[in-house]
Amino acid sequence: MTNPRTLTPNRRQTLAGLAAAGAALAAPAVHAQGATEITFNYPIAVGGPITKIIDGYCEDFAKANPGFRVKPVYTGSYQDTLTKTLTAMKGGDAPSLACLLSVDMFTLITEDAIVAWDDLPGSDKGWLDSFYPAFLENSRTGGKTWGVPFQRSTVVLYWNKDLFREVGLNPDVAPASWDEQVAFAQKLTKREGEQTTRWGLQIPSSGFPYWLFQGFTTQNDVRLMNPEGNQVVFGDPRVAEALKYWVDLSVVHKVHPPGIVEWGTTPRDFFERKTAMMWTTTGNLTNVRRNASFPFGVAMLPAGKRRGSPTGGGNLYVFKQANPAQREAAARFARFLTTPERAAQWCIDTGYVAVSPAAFETPALKAYAAEFPPALVARDQLPHAVAELSTYDNQRVTKALNDGLQAALTGRKQPAAAMGDSQAEAERLLRPFKRG
Amino acid sequence: MPRLRPATRTTLVAWLLLSPALVLLALFTHYPAIATVWRSFHSTPRGARPAVFVGLENYEAMVADPIFWTSLANTGIYAAATVPLSMALALAMALLVNAAIPGRGLARLAFFTPTVLPMIAVANLWLFFFTPGYGLIDRATSALFGWGPTNWIGDPQTALGAMIAIAIWKEAGFFMIFYLAALQAIPPTLYDAARVEGASRWTTFRRVTLPLLGPTSLFILVNAVINGFRLVDHIIVMTRGGPDNATQLLLTYIYEVGFRFWDTATASALTVVLLVMLGLLALIQFAALERRTHYR
Repeated sequence: MTNPRTLTPNRRQTLAGLAAAGAALAAPAVHAQGATEITFNYPIAVGGPITKIIDGYCEDFAKANPGFRVKPVYTGSYQDTLTKTLTAMKGGDAPSLACLLSVDMFTLITEDAIVAWDDLPGSDKGWLDSFYPAFLENSRTGGKTWGVPFQRSTVVLYWNKDLFREVGLNPDVAPASWDEQVAFAQKLTKREGEQTTRWGLQIPSSGFPYWLFQGFTTQNDVRLMNPEGNQVVFGDPRVAEALKYWVDLSVVHKVHPPGIVEWGTTPRDFFERKTAMMWTTTGNLTNVRRNASFPFGVAMLPAGKRRGSPTGGGNLYVFKQANPAQREAAARFARFLTTPERAAQWCIDTGYVAVSPAAFETPALKAYAAEFPPALVARDQLPHAVAELSTYDNQRVTKALNDGLQAALTGRKQPAAAMGDSQAEAERLLRPFKRG
Repeated sequence: MPRLRPATRTTLVAWLLLSPALVLLALFTHYPAIATVWRSFHSTPRGARPAVFVGLENYEAMVADPIFWTSLANTGIYAAATVPLSMALALAMALLVNAAIPGRGLARLAFFTPTVLPMIAVANLWLFFFTPGYGLIDRATSALFGWGPTNWIGDPQTALGAMIAIAIWKEAGFFMIFYLAALQAIPPTLYDAARVEGASRWTTFRRVTLPLLGPTSLFILVNAVINGFRLVDHIIVMTRGGPDNATQLLLTYIYEVGFRFWDTATASALTVVLLVMLGLLALIQFAALERRTHYR
């Protein structure tokens, strides 16, 4: 199917064609031409509001585009979705379209799984250039666009205004620099004898500490990888310096819990007033808005040498196993999802950042932002944002960094030594990809 | 068609009756095992590059990988702790709820509940039990011993222990059911006889109850050992093998290498190690222990 010269349909296509013909005969009025149906793997663990939104998009799309249908399949976490999608692909049954992490781009290219959007029918340069450059950084390599930004986020700082007031800080001003972050956190940390009953700041480090850590490294003015995805600089002194700042928050300043901080329970710690400030994804915005029983603020991450945060979240990818009609359907659907109006509504409903500047110019999003200004923080941070760590053999290289970070945060290794070890491991993993 | 000789016919019928089981076994047990060994001697196919024969290269890389050794050591600790502890706890609970105590039905239900819960639900439950500061465990230790907040699953010192505790909590109730059934199958006449002889409660337990629980114990042991290597769902949910591989077991590492890194060759080599280990353990169990177990 990957060979465009092959005009003879293979057996599966023939069978699918027969099935479609059967369906067409049975219901000639509905499927006059036999609709092209594509499968769309979408990462969601449980049903709920987001499932309904996606279902709604698929229905609206079918109405607006007769002859094309999208069948969403909800496949769990991002990690599960990647696993399921690649396993299905190896069995010859890949979905036509999937929403996967932007950082999986190199993995998908190595597996020869996806096609670039530039070559698809119905896609054009104007559309592909309409997204925020910060989001495209992780979607392009080798002059081609492999992913279309859809469900994107960045890291932001949330703070509890009540607690700021309680300790005599201005409740409307977040820390703007690394020094202020420590100073504020010191004021906010509450101790009773030996025990800390409230932490000043919490930054999650379970599972994917590298993502939060990229906030620190960007602020310390260092980029962790090159655009080709075959070189990392974990061993750079500025990286160790950034890590030392994170470690010192708990070891020296004692304003941050020691050891590994759980990603999943950090928002809850914030709601329970166990921490006065937290770093987490903008994707948590709607969650915090619903569950915080106190006034809260959202701000860009504090600046070190500069402001900075990684982008994150999911892109849309088209799979090579899709036939030309399915590829066209995928391209149409992606354009449909990323129209400014729809991107704006998506941002309002979920808290994810709308992917194009045009979306922020829509009346709906302007009205929402006037009523709830935190919705704009992530966008305003985008000019300072960098691509999330993504390289060839991504999962392994990321693990090398994660292990080093956790070793330093749990006190097993000194920051510089830990990053040196991560660099050595990453060098070893990336060697095969440097030969070109 | 000539009539088959009775002996031939019996053999044929036997094979026919066996064939469904044989086919299933070959398809789902033997073929995957052999395919795994085969793949462990080949490179990982990627995109357009097919797999090529590489001999022992995957095994050499595995032996040079420090995470492999960490996961092997962790697996040893995990199995060595969960197997005896969950069995002992199961027996203690079975003895307790077999005796005439008030609220017996409720206690049985409580002990068995963890078994019914899916492991993923268990993991999410314990994530909150272990939350530093206000989680159930920290509240209990602070009320009882005045301990400060402990980051149970975020500290390499305690993370593996925390995972072991969950596995035991989950397993013991299940094994208790087998012990309970076995206890109730012991003829009361034996206890009557022991009482007539004037045996103490401890002697009765050691000389009557325990030997008669032998076959059940062997059955539970086999299951516990298998689960000691297999029960890792909560680790994948709670720590993903972290922090810094402190809770990385052989099976979680196989999953990570196979389905996150897509390095099927190395994952196959790791699986062969697990297969050999389990095979050896099964041999030891059946050869050494079976002889010392009373079935009558």
